[in-house]
Amino acid sequence: MIIGIPVERASQEKRVALSPGSVAEAIKLGFTVCLQTGAGDAAGFSDDEYRDHGAKIVETAERLYQTSEIIIKIRAPLRTDAGGHDEFSLLSSDKILISLIAPGQNQDLLESLAQHGITTLAMDAVPRISRAQKLDTLSSMANVAGYRAVVEAANHFGRFFTGQVTAAGKVPPAKVLVIGAGVAGLAAIGAAVAMGAIVRAFDTRPEVKEQVESMGAEFLMLDFDEETSGEGGYAKVMSEAFIAAEMKLFEEQARDVDIIITTALIPGKPAPKLILAETARLMRAGSVIVDLAAEQGGNCELTRPGEVVSDGGITVIGFTDLPSRMAAQSSQLYGNNVVHLLNELCPEKDGQLNVDMGDEVIRGLTVVNDREVTWPPPPPRLSAAPPAGQASPSPVPVARPESKERSAAGSVVGIAVVIALILGVGALAPKSFMGHFTVFVLAVFVGWQVIWNVSPALHTPLMSVTNAISGIIVVGALLQMSSTSGLVMLLAAIALFVSSINIFGGFWVTQRMLRMFRKDT
Amino acid sequence: MAQGLTSAVYIAASILFILSLGGLSHQESARQGNLFGIAGMALAIGATLLAFTPTSYGLVLGVMAIGGAAGSTLAARVEMTAMPQLVAILHSFVGLAAVLVGFASFLEPAGHFSGAEKVVHDIEVFLGVLIGAVTFTGSVAAFGKLQGILSSRPLTLPGRHLINLAIGLACIWLGVLFVGAEFPAAGIWPLLIMTGLAFIFGLHMVLAIGGADMPVVISMLNSYSGWAAAATGFMLANDLLIVTGALVGSSGAILSYIMCRAMNRRFLSVILGGFGGETSSSSGPKIEGEAVAVSTEETVQLLASAKSVVIVPGYGMAVAHAQHPVSELVKNLKDRGVETRFAIHPVAGRMPGHMNVLLAEARVPYDIVLEMDEINSDFPETDVVLVIGANDIVNPAAQEVPDSPIAGMPVLEVWKAKTTIILKRSMATGYAGVENPLFYRDNSRMLFGDAKESISAVLANL
Repeated sequence: MIIGIPVERASQEKRVALSPGSVAEAIKLGFTVCLQTGAGDAAGFSDDEYRDHGAKIVETAERLYQTSEIIIKIRAPLRTDAGGHDEFSLLSSDKILISLIAPGQNQDLLESLAQHGITTLAMDAVPRISRAQKLDTLSSMANVAGYRAVVEAANHFGRFFTGQVTAAGKVPPAKVLVIGAGVAGLAAIGAAVAMGAIVRAFDTRPEVKEQVESMGAEFLMLDFDEETSGEGGYAKVMSEAFIAAEMKLFEEQARDVDIIITTALIPGKPAPKLILAETARLMRAGSVIVDLAAEQGGNCELTRPGEVVSDGGITVIGFTDLPSRMAAQSSQLYGNNVVHLLNELCPEKDGQLNVDMGDEVIRGLTVVNDREVTWPPPPPRLSAAPPAGQASPSPVPVARPESKERSAAGSVVGIAVVIALILGVGALAPKSFMGHFTVFVLAVFVGWQVIWNVSPALHTPLMSVTNAISGIIVVGALLQMSSTSGLVMLLAAIALFVSSINIFGGFWVTQRMLRMFRKDT
Repeated sequence: MAQGLTSAVYIAASILFILSLGGLSHQESARQGNLFGIAGMALAIGATLLAFTPTSYGLVLGVMAIGGAAGSTLAARVEMTAMPQLVAILHSFVGLAAVLVGFASFLEPAGHFSGAEKVVHDIEVFLGVLIGAVTFTGSVAAFGKLQGILSSRPLTLPGRHLINLAIGLACIWLGVLFVGAEFPAAGIWPLLIMTGLAFIFGLHMVLAIGGADMPVVISMLNSYSGWAAAATGFMLANDLLIVTGALVGSSGAILSYIMCRAMNRRFLSVILGGFGGETSSSSGPKIEGEAVAVSTEETVQLLASAKSVVIVPGYGMAVAHAQHPVSELVKNLKDRGVETRFAIHPVAGRMPGHMNVLLAEARVPYDIVLEMDEINSDFPETDVVLVIGANDIVNPAAQEVPDSPIAGMPVLEVWKAKTTIILKRSMATGYAGVENPLFYRDNSRMLFGDAKESISAVLANL
């Protein structure tokens, strides 16, 4: 089937749905890929680069939409009645559309898509289960947004992030507060820590503490008892008392930190107002707030979506297009997500799409199928996603089956048995035997002491050298070689032969091995 | 040569052997240790030849020359991947020699014994032959398994524990008959029958043990060969043999213990065998998620952009003879400034220290080859882990699934690294038959194919 990559007509959208690398992957799956000329320009991918990776370049959008059977886009198709450039009318029936849709906010778009019979797969409706993580554009875009939020903050913050002691004096490190430790929040923490800032993070879900700390930030705890995790590992709306305690914490932090990055979202709800106007004004002049929830109304009261505003020396950044501001990176990640989806849809690698509604993942992200709106999907069968889709829970240490006390008791019993045995032998055996026995016991003991120090890397040479040494049995054979009996001589000769093999072979191979071990020079 | 002088030389030889084993404990002194061993052996043989004049020096030296030539050829030609086989077959020679010397000693005792001394001597002969026989066939079976002549799956005969028990009881009974025999000739039959039974016992014991328990088996046989030599020493009243045998015996015992501990298994349960045959792959909880395959190019990218890489080799690397490409890869990565190290699990491979020898053969410097305990805490800071032909030793189920058959076994915590690439031929389970949840982790990638080809391909693209 033919995949078409159009130019995104939405203003300010610089991303492209497939990077040249992803195009090559899609072609490997048996698809033909057409690209509208200039689709990758804003993301820094030229037509030539696409051509090199096997894409066909199409001149006009009309041609592209006509010839392609699958349209892969970034943004949901624009409609004139919604006041944008028209993309929707270019889509004819029986096409398959893969793009971000935001099905929760765009009910009437879904209806129109269904009316026109356009099978629609929403990249932002991927179920939150571990198997589907490689398709999850929300995560990959949030990752980019979190990183970019720190870059934007640094751009507007007139100081270093990292503390320095210079000849000109001491510079304190910047303090960053990240609210919401989802994928974006964690990415922001990582970027800010890497730049040298002191980073604190807050989240209503205490289970993300470990992830926050693993990124190098301090986790701010709210001493409050409430079930805080909602369905699918997302946060949920909190009680009033909780919010009051939370507000107090933010006020304290606002006085202290230089930069606040908010990423708090609750699915299907407007973003919670966490930084009130008066809280924001508690910050020092020159401080920066980056509001990643701006598109959903913002976590800060001062936020104006899509703009940078200044209020009493405090800069509030409300960009809603952070991923698009890193178009090359975002396009690459989005393209990877799409290729993983194509992999799921085309298990035969024959270039044919198979929208299998029995598959939990595909069912989840298919929002229009057979002229019907299929959103929302049935709830996931099990919430298998680890919280926030990050590091899996740390392993529970399993108790060793053998407890210390038992082995201690065992060794006492063992020693007692050995002593009893030695006493028994001493009582019964003749004197000459006891002499040899003494030697034996002492030699076992010496061996025991010596071998414990052998480094495990030398275990094999140790075995081959003990092999050679146990060829000492040759002495026994030699003693018998003075026999007068032919049979004894024969037995002894064979013994002599095999133990000679042992001695020479063992020592030789040990030497050969040891010569191989060398230190890095 | 005077008796006293011989004893003095024997003492010197014993000390040299102890120094030899002591020298083997560190890389720096290991070669010297081996030379001490050779010197000790030369002294012992020389003194013996001078003190006890054999019937024919020519015969003795001739036989030794042929045996020595055979042994040297074997040692010079053996491939390092075949080291476990060589060690196994050398063990069997010690066992065989112990049996032969035991019989010869029975036919022609070194002195005339009576009363308690005769009983003791008879027991010594009987035990020496018994241990030697078990070592012999056990080692031959181990050799067969390692060489691939015999299936490495454990042979589980019905009622195998009963068979072993019956053989054990029969041997005790034969021992009583042997010691109680009125005249020497009457003792030959119990001794012969016992030898036969012991042969069967050794064979059966090792056949019942599966391939990946081989490190324990090899070190156990190593121990047995020592005890066989010690028992021979008792029967010949020769302290040098006793000392040397005891040294080797305890050395092997310690190795067995270390191997068992590394698998969190009891020595007895390894010896009783049958592990892996009874546990089906369906055991353990169903694993959520799916394995993500990765291409050579992506592997190259991951490696090229990593700051630190840890390679975890397993038996699969030995099977695929991949150690040389792996070494090349390491050299390449190090030249790029990537910190590259190896993590060796104590039971990786089929013999204690097997991986170290293979890597040494491929000219990997030993100071970047680290033990499990040294490197386990470094995995969280590692960018890429390459698991080459290892499975059970990197299975997180050992720590996380309390009812897993391998629960509690110490494992290399590779899943804590940023990305883990697992080189594997297929999704089959490891030796223990336990599903490996590692493959389904989010940060795990599977690179399917023959380890040698995969690594060579990665190397070509790097």
